[in-house]
Amino acid sequence: MAEESKKNDEEDIRILAFLCNWCSYAGADLAGVSRFQYPPNVLDVRVMCTGTISPYFVIKAFQEGMDGVLIAGCHIGDCHYLKGNYMTAKRFQVLREALKFLGLEEGRLRLEWVSAAEGEKYADVIRSFTEEVKALGPSPLRGKKAAKAEVGA
Amino acid sequence: MADKKQSKKAGSEAAEIRKPVGAVMVVGGGVGGIQASLELANMGYKVYLADSSPSVGGVMGMLDKTFPTNECSMCILSPKMVEVASNINIEVITLADVLSVEGEVGDMRVKLRIRPRYVDIGKCTGCGDCTAKCPVKIPDPYNAGLDTTRCIRVPFPQAVPGAAVIDPEVCRWLTKEKCGNCVKVCQAGAVDFDQKEREETFQVGMVIAAPGYRPFDAGRKTEYGYGVNQNVVTSLEFERILGANGPTQGHVVRPSDGEEVKKLAFVQCVGSRDTTVGNGYCSSVCCMYATKQALIAKEHLPGIEPTIFFIDMRAYGKDFEKYYTAAESRHGVRYVRGLISGIRERQRTKNLLLRYADEAGCTQEEEFDLVVLSIGLEAPCGLKEGLGLEVNEYGFAEADPFLPVLSSRPGVLVCGAAQEPRDIPDTVTQATAAAGIASQALHGARNTLLTRREHPPEKDVGGEEPRVGAIICRCGSNIGGFVDVPAVVEYAKELPGVVWAEERLYACSQDAQDWIRQVVEENGLNRLVVASCTPRTHQPLFRETLQSAGVNKYLFEMANIREHCSWVHMQEPENATRKAQYLVKMAVEKARRLEPLVEGESGVIPRGLVIGGGVAGMNAALNLAASGFQVYLVEKEDELGGLARNIHFNLKGEDVQAYVKELADRVEREELITAFTAHEIVDVGGFVGQFKTLIRDAEGRETLLEHGAVIVATGGGQYQPTEYLRGEDGRVLTQWELEKRIAEKDPALADVERVVMIQCVGSREEERPYCSKVCCTEAAKNALALKELSPRTEVFVLYRDVRTYGFREDIYREAREAGVVFSRFDDDVRPDVRDVAGTLQVRVPDANLAGEMVVLNTDLVVLSTGITANPDNAALAPMLKVPRNAEGFFLEAHMKLRPVDFATDGVFVCGLAHAPKSIEESVSQAAAAAARAESILSKDKIVTEGVVAVVDADKCSGCGICLQLCPFEAVTYDEEKKVAVVNTSLCKGCGTCTAACTAGASRLQGFRSDQIFEQIEAAASAWRE
Repeated sequence: MAEESKKNDEEDIRILAFLCNWCSYAGADLAGVSRFQYPPNVLDVRVMCTGTISPYFVIKAFQEGMDGVLIAGCHIGDCHYLKGNYMTAKRFQVLREALKFLGLEEGRLRLEWVSAAEGEKYADVIRSFTEEVKALGPSPLRGKKAAKAEVGA
Repeated sequence: MADKKQSKKAGSEAAEIRKPVGAVMVVGGGVGGIQASLELANMGYKVYLADSSPSVGGVMGMLDKTFPTNECSMCILSPKMVEVASNINIEVITLADVLSVEGEVGDMRVKLRIRPRYVDIGKCTGCGDCTAKCPVKIPDPYNAGLDTTRCIRVPFPQAVPGAAVIDPEVCRWLTKEKCGNCVKVCQAGAVDFDQKEREETFQVGMVIAAPGYRPFDAGRKTEYGYGVNQNVVTSLEFERILGANGPTQGHVVRPSDGEEVKKLAFVQCVGSRDTTVGNGYCSSVCCMYATKQALIAKEHLPGIEPTIFFIDMRAYGKDFEKYYTAAESRHGVRYVRGLISGIRERQRTKNLLLRYADEAGCTQEEEFDLVVLSIGLEAPCGLKEGLGLEVNEYGFAEADPFLPVLSSRPGVLVCGAAQEPRDIPDTVTQATAAAGIASQALHGARNTLLTRREHPPEKDVGGEEPRVGAIICRCGSNIGGFVDVPAVVEYAKELPGVVWAEERLYACSQDAQDWIRQVVEENGLNRLVVASCTPRTHQPLFRETLQSAGVNKYLFEMANIREHCSWVHMQEPENATRKAQYLVKMAVEKARRLEPLVEGESGVIPRGLVIGGGVAGMNAALNLAASGFQVYLVEKEDELGGLARNIHFNLKGEDVQAYVKELADRVEREELITAFTAHEIVDVGGFVGQFKTLIRDAEGRETLLEHGAVIVATGGGQYQPTEYLRGEDGRVLTQWELEKRIAEKDPALADVERVVMIQCVGSREEERPYCSKVCCTEAAKNALALKELSPRTEVFVLYRDVRTYGFREDIYREAREAGVVFSRFDDDVRPDVRDVAGTLQVRVPDANLAGEMVVLNTDLVVLSTGITANPDNAALAPMLKVPRNAEGFFLEAHMKLRPVDFATDGVFVCGLAHAPKSIEESVSQAAAAAARAESILSKDKIVTEGVVAVVDADKCSGCGICLQLCPFEAVTYDEEKKVAVVNTSLCKGCGTCTAACTAGASRLQGFRSDQIFEQIEAAASAWRE
């Protein structure tokens, strides 16, 4: 029983997805409407714009034991708020660097532009990201939830 | 209210005798009809939006991308469609055709024939169970027939209304009384075969016709073999092929064998500029959409080789030229000048052989895998019969030469492609203009027919412990068929804070709303979680219900267990159930931390400011005044009129000078307009609803103006050439100088033997890489006028592309028929003008004669000089906090859907300040800008969303990062307290500032960090269970 659950644990990759309301959340909706099947290892958090995704959110997710974090927003130039996704693109570079300090592989964090018409792309992203994270295995931070560090705000 | 202040119009007799009906019928639910409806509802009118199809959306809803930004069409349209659906003052009537329109302005009766849908819109949840069981396959109209759907189906995923429709001609029940599967399987009981066709008459004050266009039937050009050759498709079909939500999911493959396309050809002008099919006009949009499709195809399949066969590349709109040149030089789209005379199919490969005459006049044949016919736009049906409008020779609605939204019939306004082929931004502009013009006639009845939702006073839940209620929706079998709903309910009951949880077959049905209200009250709930479908479509409904139960609507959270769960994990019910539970936990944890939010309010000064007194500015001011608002009109020069004072007649022969003078007279007579000529803007302060603008006259006297909205109509300038001997030789004129002499009937012109016009002077060049849009038409117009004045005079027009779009093509053809010689030169060469022993001589290699040098001795050289941006824009832009583009023109909020708005609220733009354009386009834009301003000025107060950023002054360090990040200029710096302050009237709630705040002082209401952290923790802890 215990062994089985351990095995499940390894299989059971945990991904948290931050989706912007206007494009990627809608893209995920379209994936649903179109019945494109993808692995159930992803839970999503809806935000108004990827620009609002503080690096703290991502670090918090890893601290909590997520194996992968996806940020998905409007294509560059399509931002509902004009330039929120430019900020995201910039912050993402910094965040990738920060992951190394946490002892995590870069591949655990992904940024994708998924439009409201790209249901299939959303499903593809989840499929390929799940595979990629699965290959990396469970996060080394999993279960080690260190003394609940203050992570800002 | 502003309406009561209006003095003149309401006092007029007509208004006193009969108060107008405060409702408008909008015919056509494409982007134009949608825009007009939203504007009107926003301005205080009841709207009936009738569409002949089962959903609004029109052609734009079928497009994959839009030019020149390659933006996703559905992404920008679908929020507008949802807005239409959720606005209680817009009644969408689908499957409806106009039978007749009767009555006068202010009191009209529109009779519609409404075909049965056979599905009750009120009951249908759009779940799709019926489609799954329907045995009748039909070609899917949404995918241009490229794949199949079923006889009963929701027209497309984003359809509004999102209800199924039955095609009666193929339905087995309706034709043979067999099957009836849909009735059996529909758990909502929505299928209704007893519906009958009916006629209904609506009483309205005005009618806006926005029926769009009919695509040209490509089969009529038999030489292209459409319908015979499998790999010849229309541009509309190709748009669906490119669509990620299309029949091939965006894979560029051939219909014949599903193979990826390597060589792709576009054939331009199919059904346009073609008198043999009766369409002498240019369809205005095909050059750009072909360029777009070529670019997108290349994006999807980098190895593809697109070739566009064209006559003239008409990249005349804002930023079109740059789009076109980038497509050619950077993205490898091949442009070949030449019309395809025939297409042959190879038998075995189904490849296509295209025959054309190259630039040297030699016949060429080239093989392609797929051919796209760029089909033109034809007039829609029903303009004459149903709406009773006069139409032109091509069947499009006849229109006023200066304000094309005015049709031949008072009371019926026309916008979009039904009047002339036009693109999305021009359609949106016209639709907005039409809404504004309608309001001028109806503003006496503003707000009279509006339905307002009344809600009980909100309970104060401030000190209460969170009491969360959770509803888990089965959505028929859509969720219930894959997710163990009772298990989710049991799980929800155990979550902290949850005091009540139950399941429901359809949480969104009308009776469910009453039930929700009841359970909220009975259980003393102060937070609600609904686990069902997407909040993008259903959150407004549930929030409304919560509000009706006396609970703040922001104390609501959704868990999307359908689109993001049951529908995407259909083969793994256990995992789907677990995920649904986790999603519910995340929602509950967030809901527990939600706080009631207050929607902000700020006052509105019901006065407008118009900057610039040219044709656009004067029209904007007059339009606002006609709707009953006071207007300040500020003009820097001593007299009104602007650039149009240099234009004497338009292409329809109308006297432009008389028009400009009449406008100036009307401005002077209008009591509601205060004109400040010889004044300049010194400073602009404040924000939407409450601006304060300081102006100064030549003597330095300053006046402070207070107003609620600003319309920027600063106009443009004329390029001042120094090339082509301009300034050195008196025989080198500009078009304006020539036009003046024609208008004054200068007798010397009769003796002129030869005139050479040179196009693109100062346009489409490195320094000004844009097309000035008007010069080709101007040249054709003046050439024709010269010919009329003295038929003996030889006129040569040296051009690069003739860009006489729309009906302007007629004048180009007339000019050629009158003997005007159009001679093309290549982009990289320029004609050479010189004085040879006193004779003015022009030498140019003629590109249509394989570059042979043509030498013309001439009496006059006329330069078609381009339009430049007003240099004053540079100083004005920072004052108004609005951007300019690289060429110095103002940059609108959104190229497609917000063509007269700025991102900064309350500031609008029209005329040449925005981009080069014709007078009638400036006038339309001015009316649109006035309508947009009216939507603010007509309100007592501006209500802002609850989801906005706030700054905790105690934590703010005053670093100012958020100020720079805000794209809406909503964050300012309080010099006294040394902290950032968010103006909630301007904040759009993106939260970009909050993510950058290192002190954690800036927070986005409803998406606060602590709330998101709870969601993250909930997700993690759920997984650990």
